[in-house]
Amino acid sequence: MAKDGLGLEITELRLGLPGGGFDQVMLKTGKKRAFSEIEEDHHQNGKRSNEAKSEIIPKNQVVGWPPVCSHRRKISFNGQESTKLYVKVSMDGAPFLRKIDLAAQKCYSDLQLNLERLFGCYGIGEALNDADSSEFVPIYEDKDGDWMLLGDVPWTMFIESCIRLRIMKRTDAKGIGIHPKSSLKGTSRDG
Amino acid sequence: MCVFQSTINYFPEEVLEHVFDFLSSHRDRNAVSLVCKSWCRVERFSREKVFVGNCYAVSPERLLSTFPRVRSLTLKGKPHFADFNLVPPDWGGYLHPWIDAMVKARANLEELRLKRMVLSDDTLDLLAHSFPSFKSLVLVSCEGFTTDGLAAIAANCRSLRELDLQENEVEDRRGQWLSCFPDSCTSLVSLNFACLKGEVNLAALERLVARCPNLRSLRLNHAVPLDALQRILAQAPHLVDLGTGSFVHDPDSETYHKLKNAIQNCTSIRSLSGFLEVASRCLPSIYPLCSSLTSLNLSYAPGIYSNELVNLIRHCKKLERLWILDTIGDKGLGVVASTCKELQELRVFPFDPHGVGYTAVTEEGLVAVSAGCPKLNSILYFCQQMTNAALITVAKNCPNFIRFRLCTLNPTVPDAVTQLPLDEGFGAIVQSCKGLKRLSVSGLLTDQVFLYIGMYAEQLEMLSIAFAGESDKGMLYVLNGCKKLKKLEIRDSPFGDVALLADMGKYETMRSLWMSSCEVTLEACKKLAMKMPRLNVEIINENEQMEASTDDKQKVEKMYLYRTLVGPRKDAPAFVWTL
Repeated sequence: MAKDGLGLEITELRLGLPGGGFDQVMLKTGKKRAFSEIEEDHHQNGKRSNEAKSEIIPKNQVVGWPPVCSHRRKISFNGQESTKLYVKVSMDGAPFLRKIDLAAQKCYSDLQLNLERLFGCYGIGEALNDADSSEFVPIYEDKDGDWMLLGDVPWTMFIESCIRLRIMKRTDAKGIGIHPKSSLKGTSRDG
Repeated sequence: MCVFQSTINYFPEEVLEHVFDFLSSHRDRNAVSLVCKSWCRVERFSREKVFVGNCYAVSPERLLSTFPRVRSLTLKGKPHFADFNLVPPDWGGYLHPWIDAMVKARANLEELRLKRMVLSDDTLDLLAHSFPSFKSLVLVSCEGFTTDGLAAIAANCRSLRELDLQENEVEDRRGQWLSCFPDSCTSLVSLNFACLKGEVNLAALERLVARCPNLRSLRLNHAVPLDALQRILAQAPHLVDLGTGSFVHDPDSETYHKLKNAIQNCTSIRSLSGFLEVASRCLPSIYPLCSSLTSLNLSYAPGIYSNELVNLIRHCKKLERLWILDTIGDKGLGVVASTCKELQELRVFPFDPHGVGYTAVTEEGLVAVSAGCPKLNSILYFCQQMTNAALITVAKNCPNFIRFRLCTLNPTVPDAVTQLPLDEGFGAIVQSCKGLKRLSVSGLLTDQVFLYIGMYAEQLEMLSIAFAGESDKGMLYVLNGCKKLKKLEIRDSPFGDVALLADMGKYETMRSLWMSSCEVTLEACKKLAMKMPRLNVEIINENEQMEASTDDKQKVEKMYLYRTLVGPRKDAPAFVWTL
């Protein structure tokens, strides 16, 4: 536990939200009751003087809390998305379109991999990896109907607004100032 | 015939029976049966609907001899905390002895409603073959059966009107249970299989819907795609209650266009749920339904983003019941408050309480709804934080709460502003809401909150306590004060032997008491069991050393006691020790 002002707290391993303002109390294994454990630690640390319960129990160590039935847990919890976000993907020069589930990707690199799987034979690899020299530019249509360069916005913002994808031939992109270095690679942290 | 009865009895029995027919509530019928012996007898022999709140409080045989004309039976099994994994599997709550007894007694069973019971496929099969007038099966939070059991019901219950499965654990056997409804089955009124995990035969489903003209309630599982929904709705425009399965499609497609038309024809839909998988762009198709909806359950639809949710709710001006996820946020609840003036029941479930970068709802949302929705009487609210001031405001705004369940995601979080315990806030709730029947408290709480509860919560029947209180006094305030208390469930709170033993007779006026991770010792439990033979005091002990050890001073991990007419149960597993 954080004991004095050596500032070592920051190096301490804890469970809980990053940067969260909670004082975490580690429940030692083998001890039966969360409550008496916390009372002990309270006395040791000499923190707040009022209730013994003012030590905050780390949420993810309490069995059956929050009290949500197991059926609901399976469906909602752990950020488990049961949505599917299928969008059309067209590639200039390819004879037919494909569909890809954006909700099944976690980030742009996942998207890149999967697009390669769909269109690899048409040279999409170069378009996404080395966009400077590629003859293709990956763009998407957003909710407002505008065509945007892929990779500018964080992933979660992207999937909320993307309606369809197009791998466009660079020669069609006349007059658009494209700075491909910003696409797909090196975007700021997703979500 | 009753000439020689007491002079109180002015009426012949047939008239009494006819009068009692108008009593639908089992509580009223219970009261009637206490008036005098002859009323008791008439009531007993005419009662058709029996409610058993604890399946171990009475035996099936005894029930059948008391109520020989029973046609509808409601049974509840495991304790409530079983929902939260606090009760080990195989604890009990078996249906079989009940079906067995009813078969032997040749009961004319028509309806069966079960909650937290365990039933096997064999039992379902027996049920399906034994009661020719069987009409209605409602299973809530049950387990132990597979889709084969459902197939038996489908195939053999000729008069089946209702098959309603809510939040059960059903093993999928990849059979074709839906196809087992014979072509002659045209009587279905209600079909809910939303909790099933596996595929269903879509063609069979569509044919079933097409041949059941009285179908009013239909809830699909995730395996039913949007195009099937469209075909189903085209066949069943008179639905009143709809639960969609998967709601994902290309909004540009013809299927989606047909769906929109089908939905527009469904002018009777008042209750909507499902969206187990959802593409937000498809949601506008249901906007035409919104203005007449009275019940909306989107709590299984994590895929709907907050702003879409809000757009949807803006259309729902007649909503009386709303179940949602906390992704709606405080702002979204503000929209609920300004739109849903008829709202009576609100449940806000946590989407991802251990997640990162995610804000749940706070006291603001609750205050907004209490201010905007004057008819609010039932709430279940999972929140990030709470304050006394907010609860006091809510109490002032809504004195009509019947059910008030608050759950802070961190179980011992104090008032977010003052850092004080939340005693005053809950105190205000119980003082203001004179009709409060059910209460769940959470957050940092001392004995003071229980003083308030004991003092003011005169109608309280069910109380749930977790990580609260400081001493035995807390529990004593409740036991002494709440005269109508029926169910008390406590976990992780410092209540011990003194509280447990202070008024042992009280427990015979209650259905049950659950205490886990408290300060109660084995010695006290034994004392209680010995003094009160009409209580079953069960210790759940997953650690095998307890029985072997002779140390009565050790603390009991889990205790569940309940009043019973039939003594210790014979089906208790090894880890349950009835004292």
